Amino acid sequence: MSENKTDYILRVEDIHKTYGDAEVLKGVSFNVRKGDTIVFIGPSGTGKSTLLRCINQLTVPDSGRVWLHDEEVTNSGKKINRFRQKIGMVFQNFYLFDHLTAIKNVEIALIKVKGMSPEAAREKALYELRQVGMEDFADHYPAELSGGQAQRVSIARALAMEPDVILFDEPTSALDPELTREVLEVMRKLALEGMTMLVVTHEMGFARSVATEIVFMESGVIQEIGTPAEVFGDGGGFERIRSFMGKIGDLSGD
Amino acid sequence: MDLFSVVAEWFPYLVEGILVTVGLVASALIIGACLGLPMAIGQVYGSRPLKYVIGLYVWFFRGLPVLVLLFMFYFTIFPLLNLDLDAFFVGATVLGLRGAAYQSQIFRGAIQSISEGQMTAARSLGMSRAAAIRTIIIPQAVRIALPGWSNEYPNILTDSAICYAIGVAELLTRTSQIVTQTYITMPIYILCALMFIMLNFAGMRVIAYLEKRVAIPGFSGGGQAGIV
Repeated sequence: MSENKTDYILRVEDIHKTYGDAEVLKGVSFNVRKGDTIVFIGPSGTGKSTLLRCINQLTVPDSGRVWLHDEEVTNSGKKINRFRQKIGMVFQNFYLFDHLTAIKNVEIALIKVKGMSPEAAREKALYELRQVGMEDFADHYPAELSGGQAQRVSIARALAMEPDVILFDEPTSALDPELTREVLEVMRKLALEGMTMLVVTHEMGFARSVATEIVFMESGVIQEIGTPAEVFGDGGGFERIRSFMGKIGDLSGD
Repeated sequence: MDLFSVVAEWFPYLVEGILVTVGLVASALIIGACLGLPMAIGQVYGSRPLKYVIGLYVWFFRGLPVLVLLFMFYFTIFPLLNLDLDAFFVGATVLGLRGAAYQSQIFRGAIQSISEGQMTAARSLGMSRAAAIRTIIIPQAVRIALPGWSNEYPNILTDSAICYAIGVAELLTRTSQIVTQTYITMPIYILCALMFIMLNFAGMRVIAYLEKRVAIPGFSGGGQAGIV
């Protein structure tokens, strides 16, 4: 990470966030290039999700700045709604709009936020549902979908806005292993197609095979950053990541 | 005169009373919904002063007997404002303003039962808060509120009879007029009661139909489907 600043699509500078007495983020900085898939791992409660939410300002950080291209996302006032169109987000619990069918979930922001015509929005929504293999479920309501299907629809909803980067906040943590796989496959495909992604996950297989960089967070700071080859390879260092992954492996019986 | 011919003679007069009662109830429900829903939104999403003002309104209109409200508006508030209003209009307004206080709390409960994630997801897509409230929160809240809201109809219907006290020519007023004129009491009051019950039944059927019409699979209220 030594290139010129303008090489980066997203820059995060020294983010701090405190809830009451708990300092959740203690100065986190990193940069993202176009097409990167950055995977954040680490113990629960170390601020990974908060960090993602600070990027699109769903959580307003106490200090620090976020830049998308060369525009500041933090302190952007009403303009934040424009940035959020460019920064997609996928949530652990999907958060599909419960009163809308799958296709309407994808359409609604196209119509209400982007101002597309209903016909154009429908066409775009169908295209995105096809991308995640959910076109056959276009007219199903969220309650009629499995968790994996719901999460794929929510990915389509994010994709439809044509964002520069998508934030995935533990996208498979609410899913059983089989459904996890179908969601990870969609994400893997997106990464291969060049989508820029920040992913908070405990899926080490995904981190290993898809990440351009693995970021290990603990106690509100980035402890280690490395490529999968560095982290999983024979070289020295990365003791903390390895010990963390060892613990996860023990639990899941790998 | 036998009972049958009395009833036959006065029946059209009572039916007109039904129309007046229906007019009162419909106006009151509409006024209540048009004020109650925005008040609920204000109470959940508004600024602190706004929440306070709405709280005060609700406290006032729920705190006084409906007859006190009715007299207050009919004999004091509207005359003080130099408004010479028809008794029907005053009755509908008072029932509506009072209904708004109750309806606002029905809608507020519904809005607050919607999972935070719905707003979060809408904002993450770049929707303004106002747009998210309009397109995501309200359509869900109204559906969740419907079963509780359906209480409003029989409440207002039965309350509407109190407009007798200011001389609105609704069902009960006309009933007692007939009783005074014919000296037949029990059968006429029973007829009046039957008409109220019929109105109640018909209205509840309409609401049940509405509930069915707007129902969404797995979304019968209480926030996210399937999560208790």
